[in-house]
Amino acid sequence: MALVNIDQVHKYYGDLHVLKGIDLKIDAGEVVSIIGRSGSGKSTLLRCMNGLEAYQHGGIVVDNKEVSSDEKQVRLLARSVGMVFQSFNLFPHLTVGENIMLAPKLVLKLSSKEARALAEDKLDKVGLAEKIDEYPDCLSGGQQQRVAIARALAMSPKVLLCDEITSALDPELVGEVLRVLEQLASEGMTLVLVTHEMNFARDVGDRVVFMHMGKVWESGPAKEVFENPTTPELKSFINAVL
Amino acid sequence: MIEFTNWDILRNLLLAARWTIALSLTAFIGGTIVGLLLTAMRLSGRRPLQWLVRGYVELFQGTPLLMQLFLVFFGLSLLGFDISAWAAAAFALTFFTSAFLTEIWRGCIDTLPRGQWEASRCLGLNFKQTLSRVILPQAVRVALAPTVGFSVQVVKGTALASIIGFVELTKAGTMLNNATFEPFKIFAMVALIYFALCYPLSLASQRLEKKFNGSR
Amino acid sequence: MLNFSDLLPYSDLLLQGLWVTVVLTFYATLGGVAIGTACAAGRHYGGKVLRGAIGSYVELIRNTPFIVQLFFIFFGLPAIGIKLSAWEAGLLAMLINLGAYSTEIIRAGLAATPKAQVEAARVLGLSPHQVFFRVVLIPAFEKIYPALTSQCIIVMLGSAVVSQISVMDLTYAANLIQSRSFRSFEAYLVVAVMYLLFAIFMRQTFEWVGRRLFRHRRVST
Repeated sequence: MALVNIDQVHKYYGDLHVLKGIDLKIDAGEVVSIIGRSGSGKSTLLRCMNGLEAYQHGGIVVDNKEVSSDEKQVRLLARSVGMVFQSFNLFPHLTVGENIMLAPKLVLKLSSKEARALAEDKLDKVGLAEKIDEYPDCLSGGQQQRVAIARALAMSPKVLLCDEITSALDPELVGEVLRVLEQLASEGMTLVLVTHEMNFARDVGDRVVFMHMGKVWESGPAKEVFENPTTPELKSFINAVL
Repeated sequence: MIEFTNWDILRNLLLAARWTIALSLTAFIGGTIVGLLLTAMRLSGRRPLQWLVRGYVELFQGTPLLMQLFLVFFGLSLLGFDISAWAAAAFALTFFTSAFLTEIWRGCIDTLPRGQWEASRCLGLNFKQTLSRVILPQAVRVALAPTVGFSVQVVKGTALASIIGFVELTKAGTMLNNATFEPFKIFAMVALIYFALCYPLSLASQRLEKKFNGSR
Repeated sequence: MLNFSDLLPYSDLLLQGLWVTVVLTFYATLGGVAIGTACAAGRHYGGKVLRGAIGSYVELIRNTPFIVQLFFIFFGLPAIGIKLSAWEAGLLAMLINLGAYSTEIIRAGLAATPKAQVEAARVLGLSPHQVFFRVVLIPAFEKIYPALTSQCIIVMLGSAVVSQISVMDLTYAANLIQSRSFRSFEAYLVVAVMYLLFAIFMRQTFEWVGRRLFRHRRVST
């Protein structure tokens, strides 16, 4: 069974039908980029995958766990699914290290010592080991986002969801975050990215999913999708963004 | 002992509440006038005046209203003025109100972005023009809600005039209590009358806040 | 014309009164903020009935004078069998009063916490309880800390009124001294200055506590 199984998922906001029967399977180790215009439902789909958004029909199973927006289930899923946000969402009153240690200590019940070692290890991975005792306010946006990645990794998730994680960054800071993702991909981490970084999607991603009007409009191996788009919608989208 | 019916009690309280309203209005209007003067002094750009205003505000915000009442009451009679409880309360509440309003308005003027002053200067407006055409029209909108909100504090503050013997709502309550020995009922009624006076003002302040917060 | 030397024999009385005011303020601040935090959480997360009940409490207290609340507690409650000493009644009135104001202040802080912060904590697996205490509460307090400081000082200054039910606080001492020394203006002036100094001391203490509670501010500025 695939790591992520999305089966005929429908979602409504009141009368608005935002996801119209999504089918998607993602295997362990895959890097999947979800692209599309704003309002196409790509972020909503991502947020359905760890229960942040409820869906009304169909089913999502991640790491053999049924996904729902039920409070308990969201908590259970946190051990399998990590998430990084566009706006970093680091906790401002905690140091970088404390941000990373919080959930391992409270949820995984690690000792302070174990959690600290874990934080050091993950920070090292994103190249910020020396920032462990600083507060998020003192870091650049790119550094904050790398800390947010380290924080998500500390829960050893099976899959990492990235919701437009470079969109809030100044252009010169985008590279450092993408390099961390690239490294994760090369180590075999399963990544699902909602992104506007088309070069990254093409060069690092295994697969690209193009969403349009709440549906998976077109999907396939990354290079193929960019070189030979079949639908006119994808063609015009690629022309507009590349 | 005279028998008081509920109606007698309520009627006496309501009659006394007129004085609460009169004192509130006097203090609020007086406080607004003094507060405007103080605000003008603060905006004048003259250091000594600004310090004076700062000290005035600190003094009245840092001491109990009750002390202010006592000091005005006993201080003026020490200076040889024979002063009524009404006048002492009106003066003290006016000072108290003006200090708080000055501070509230300072906050409102200071929240306006510096860019507003800078943009006006670049357009060649002088200080007075900037203040009257750019800053104040915006500040007034922001200031309306907290100013109305503070009027609640003024109404409640008038209750302390009872302590220096001015017969308003609270004093009437204690007097009626001494005559009837029904403190539970009487102070509940007193509280409800205050609530009836204050709650509409609180609501108005909340409405204004909602109305102007969005449009800033 | 002014004569302060007549007040000297009463300095012990003043210090005793100050101590009562300090102790009342200390308990009222801790208890009132605790009540406010609980009610704010109830108003923010609770069901309709709880929200309505807390809302009524807050509005009732905020729209009636402290002195009337005090008289109701001290004179009114015994009529229904609740007898409190003057000191207890004074403290209770202060607790209820600060509780209502701080509910409103803290609620604003809770409402100002970005929803995304809560989401980030949820997807890390924190329980609602952990999210509230570890992620929401401290930044919320930081936002409203200046307002809370001012409110605690306002309640301290308002406590002068408890002298009216013969709690022997600082104002009570002033009343006593003026009746014995006939130096009313001087007595009240000295006591007013003592209140002013205590208000300044409170503000400094709050700032000191705040610097330790919200450390990251210092690092960033």
